[in-house]
Amino acid sequence: MTRDEIFEKVRAVLVDALGVDEEEVTPDAKLTSDLGAESIDFLDISFKLEQTFGFKIAQGEMFPENVAKDPRYVQDGKVTSFGLDELTRKLPHFDFSEFRQDPRLTRIGQVFTVDSIVNYVQRKLQTATAAAS
Amino acid sequence: MRWMWIDRIVEFVPGKRLRAVKHVSLAEEYLHDHFPADPSTALPSLPVMPGSLILEGMAQSAGLLVGYASAFREKVVLAKVSRAELHRDVGPGSIIMYCAEIERLDSTGASTRGDVSLISLDWSGHSFGAPASERQTECPIAGAAEVIGRIDLMFSHLDRNMSGQEFPEHNFVFGAAFRTLLTASGIALPHDDPDFSRRAGKAG
Repeated sequence: MTRDEIFEKVRAVLVDALGVDEEEVTPDAKLTSDLGAESIDFLDISFKLEQTFGFKIAQGEMFPENVAKDPRYVQDGKVTSFGLDELTRKLPHFDFSEFRQDPRLTRIGQVFTVDSIVNYVQRKLQTATAAAS
Repeated sequence: MRWMWIDRIVEFVPGKRLRAVKHVSLAEEYLHDHFPADPSTALPSLPVMPGSLILEGMAQSAGLLVGYASAFREKVVLAKVSRAELHRDVGPGSIIMYCAEIERLDSTGASTRGDVSLISLDWSGHSFGAPASERQTECPIAGAAEVIGRIDLMFSHLDRNMSGQEFPEHNFVFGAAFRTLLTASGIALPHDDPDFSRRAGKAG
């Protein structure tokens, strides 16, 4: 599957889950601030991606899980450098470079772009192909 | 049990499907004040059941199905209405059937798919022949069920998702009313049912 094909399928999932128009779903669009996603929508997106691509998404594999209350990850409302390194390592589909400049937890939504979801799916499909061969 | 919007569970496959019926009675108070107003038509203004309460009936049906799957250990709350379409008005004397199915279930929550049907019974005493239209299907109660709507929902397991927020220890979601409904429908509560863990089915 090409990246464009993956993008189209991811876009269809986001249109369905978030009730937005196709035109609004650009690669740079942020799920929360641009497309209005809330926490339950992340679960819905996860379920729909599973159905579309035929894989299972484990908790914490696509979106960060249980980070907010963990003092190793967040201090004084800011993600720690340990937290940033861990997130970068565990969630390589996201680009945390801009977020690092101002790592206030309230800004974490800046990282969840449509492109990063496409990255996740692409990696997941590649791993599946590699495992199968 | 004022807020029970389903009367009886008529089919129950744990972890998979639940069908419940609701009889709409003229004695229900909301009908006394809920009449559509459309001056452009010459139709008389008749009481109809609000769509929001039909939605609640589906939420209770689907929510019960999801809750039972974890033996009512999880606080199952409605979190999202993914899709809600109703094509017919529902008036007094109607029998609504909710058919809810679990699409996906995991520790954080579930998504469900649901059909809303109107049951018509043959009061003349004759049995029904072949369904009159492709939208009619046989249903477990003698009669015919016509699908009049589709409601897809998402539920959240509250304790798993609101990190840091404190909720009461006991499960406030599934109270006495739900237990009465289950028992009156002939369904064992999960803890009473020795076969529960065998039949409950796996998540996903």
